[in-house]
Amino acid sequence: MFQEIPSGLCLVLSGIIFSIGAIGAITRRNVIVIFMCIELMLNAVNLAFIASGNAFSSMDGAVFVFFIMTVAAVEAAVGLAIFVMVFRLQGTVNADEVNLLKG
Amino acid sequence: MVVMKPELAFGWIIPEIVITLSAVFILLLSAFRRKNDIGRLAGGVSLIGAGLALFFTCRLWNSDIDIYNGLYTIDNFGLFFKALVLVISLLVTLLSLRYVEREEMIKGEYYALLLFGILGMMIMVSSNHFVTIFIGLEVMSIAIYVLCGLLIGNPRSAEASLKYFLLGAFATAFLLYGIALIYGTTGILDVREIARYVTSGNFLITPAFMAGMALLIVGFGFKTASVPFHMWTPDVYEGAPTSITAYMATGVKAAAFGAFLRVFYTALYPFLTEWSGMLWVIAVLTMTLGNITALMQNDIKRMLAYSSIAHAGYILIAFAVGDRIFSASILFYLLVYTFMNIGAFAVVILLGRKEAPNTGIESYAGLATRHPMIALAMSVFLLSLAGVPPLAGFMGKFYVLSDAIKAGYYWLAIIGVLNSVVAVYYYLRVIMYMYFKEPEGEIGRMDLSPAYAVVIVISIWALIHMGIFPRSFLLIARESVNIFM
Repeated sequence: MFQEIPSGLCLVLSGIIFSIGAIGAITRRNVIVIFMCIELMLNAVNLAFIASGNAFSSMDGAVFVFFIMTVAAVEAAVGLAIFVMVFRLQGTVNADEVNLLKG
Repeated sequence: MVVMKPELAFGWIIPEIVITLSAVFILLLSAFRRKNDIGRLAGGVSLIGAGLALFFTCRLWNSDIDIYNGLYTIDNFGLFFKALVLVISLLVTLLSLRYVEREEMIKGEYYALLLFGILGMMIMVSSNHFVTIFIGLEVMSIAIYVLCGLLIGNPRSAEASLKYFLLGAFATAFLLYGIALIYGTTGILDVREIARYVTSGNFLITPAFMAGMALLIVGFGFKTASVPFHMWTPDVYEGAPTSITAYMATGVKAAAFGAFLRVFYTALYPFLTEWSGMLWVIAVLTMTLGNITALMQNDIKRMLAYSSIAHAGYILIAFAVGDRIFSASILFYLLVYTFMNIGAFAVVILLGRKEAPNTGIESYAGLATRHPMIALAMSVFLLSLAGVPPLAGFMGKFYVLSDAIKAGYYWLAIIGVLNSVVAVYYYLRVIMYMYFKEPEGEIGRMDLSPAYAVVIVISIWALIHMGIFPRSFLLIARESVNIFM
């Protein structure tokens, strides 16, 4: 089934998903939503890897996806712990209100 | 180039094994012993582990071998950076011995994460394969996300951790998409294979490949704190524990530049004309913005953060020049930069206390009358950062700028010189406060410990030695970049 979809279209789709994620990560203010947008970007990367691996009939792309999924899980664990810590100390996880450090 | 069978290769990764085992040992220690007496033991274990790993790394010098089917490479370039990050870990551990006690941090996890961060840096710089580079980058980054927030109960530290995490994960996504696009156009993940393929003649550069290259610059630009991807730097450097700030400013930057160099001087070197222009602009922006914003800072940690951005700009000068022999000056600069920055942060740690971090510039007023030796040491580090001869900071800048002139990048060299003139102002301002201002109120007794003195003395010795006899260090750097030939 998958072979019938041209890999170019998959890359275009992954580009669209990546852009949605990137725009969301910049415009949204709740850090959990920002983090979800970043996960969306990672999934777009996964799609690009799978599609190009399929096009080149190489396993490298699929293997890379496993590493990305593992790292995304680790990042989620660490990230959510950090969000909890910030929420306990400041009572909010809104990116606009967490501003003790002026940048 | 020999390719070895995986099961035979353990001899080549002894440094990584030693670091991993020390980190796991410290974690186990902290699980089985009461938390409050573990500090010295864990610090000692990580010092011994890093020292052993440094010894084994030096023993491997001049090897050139691919292991694990090309996923891992032991060569002089990687070994140089490994030795550098191990020296950084030794110095930062020495700085931390007293600091973690004073700030009442969780000691076992602190040292274990410090070592895991070093492990990530070592993996990242010694691979020619994108998978391994990515894994190393993430091992390093995740350890540091946590380390930034280890001042338990301090909202600024938690916020630094949050900011670094969000922007770091964002940057990782860009880096990965860059890798995905390059893989999508070439079908290869090994940087040397990509170089061979793109120069073989049957490769046509496509917009997707160009976009992949640009996204790689974005991803590495975040980690090296280059403008316009630097927004996190001052906030994170200010909020994080000071020892971790020193670790990030030197270690992360060195490792990120190592991987950045390896990818761009191998896989993407055939497209030098395309990326050199981009890096030219980034180098100018990074230097100028870093220096001009540093002029307005009254907090010494923020000032050093902007100064570290500016120094990334100087390094990017040599990077944008794009000559493979000249890239030795990047390695030399990173070496020099390590000692002057860690030294400066050691003094910042020395002046702080738990209830008052004393990072405002007014805390330095009259330091010379109360603690002349510490003021003298701080002056040496600041003058070296400013690039005053005969200290090593001058030689670093000299090599970078003379490379730019030799390659005909006159404008880049002129902007670099103008920038280092601007930079002198904010470094001298601190020295002026230390020597010519009356102290405002009592700062209290200083928390002296022999470990700080060791770090400061080593840094000063290294800066003077490398400033007067830079030749041998530059030759080592030349041998390291030979792999690009």
